[in-house]
Amino acid sequence: MSQDCCASEGNIMILSCSGGSNVGQLANQAAVELTQEGFGKMYCLAGIGAHLNGFVQSAKDVPDLIVIDGCSMGCGKGIMEQSEVLLKNYLVLTDIGIEKNKNFNLTRDDIEKVKQAVRDILRKQNKAAS
Amino acid sequence: MKKIEVLGMGCANCNKLYQNALAAVKLSGREVEVAKIEDIQKIMSYGVMSTPALVVDGVVKAVGKIPKPEEIKEWIK
Repeated sequence: MSQDCCASEGNIMILSCSGGSNVGQLANQAAVELTQEGFGKMYCLAGIGAHLNGFVQSAKDVPDLIVIDGCSMGCGKGIMEQSEVLLKNYLVLTDIGIEKNKNFNLTRDDIEKVKQAVRDILRKQNKAAS
Repeated sequence: MKKIEVLGMGCANCNKLYQNALAAVKLSGREVEVAKIEDIQKIMSYGVMSTPALVVDGVVKAVGKIPKPEEIKEWIK
């Protein structure tokens, strides 16, 4: 939670699958960096998966959110469905041309590609809403 | 006795939610304890992403928004 009471920044919740592959960790790293850059706020997908009330309610009440899954297994998406949280925005990293493997030496190019894809999805959505 | 906790560190929105909680209790006609929780560690223990947040009997009901007294009243039935 933000140290600043009722802060207006970070109204976009970023949830990454953070799984045990390059794409899971790319999702995680992109979520970390987008949070550090003030684009949104990374939040705990595991807390939602565990059906912890405060986490689930936070995801239901946040104005906007994006789930970043590494691959088409769709674990993050599945957690949202099981927790009955609306999947407002969704990105699968293998869908944007990143091949899944077990190489955890992430490249700067791939991280930037994921961050840009997240920004593009939310920009497109905001444009559609206005 | 039911208990409402208003989570927040004392900003205008937190105070507004606290007032709405008091109004909800009045509307309900029930005896309900209403507490302000301003300690950051206690607030974080609920797992909420932002404040203000409203908790009824230990269950988080609203996060980052200010429900109206009528809505809160339904949660303390």
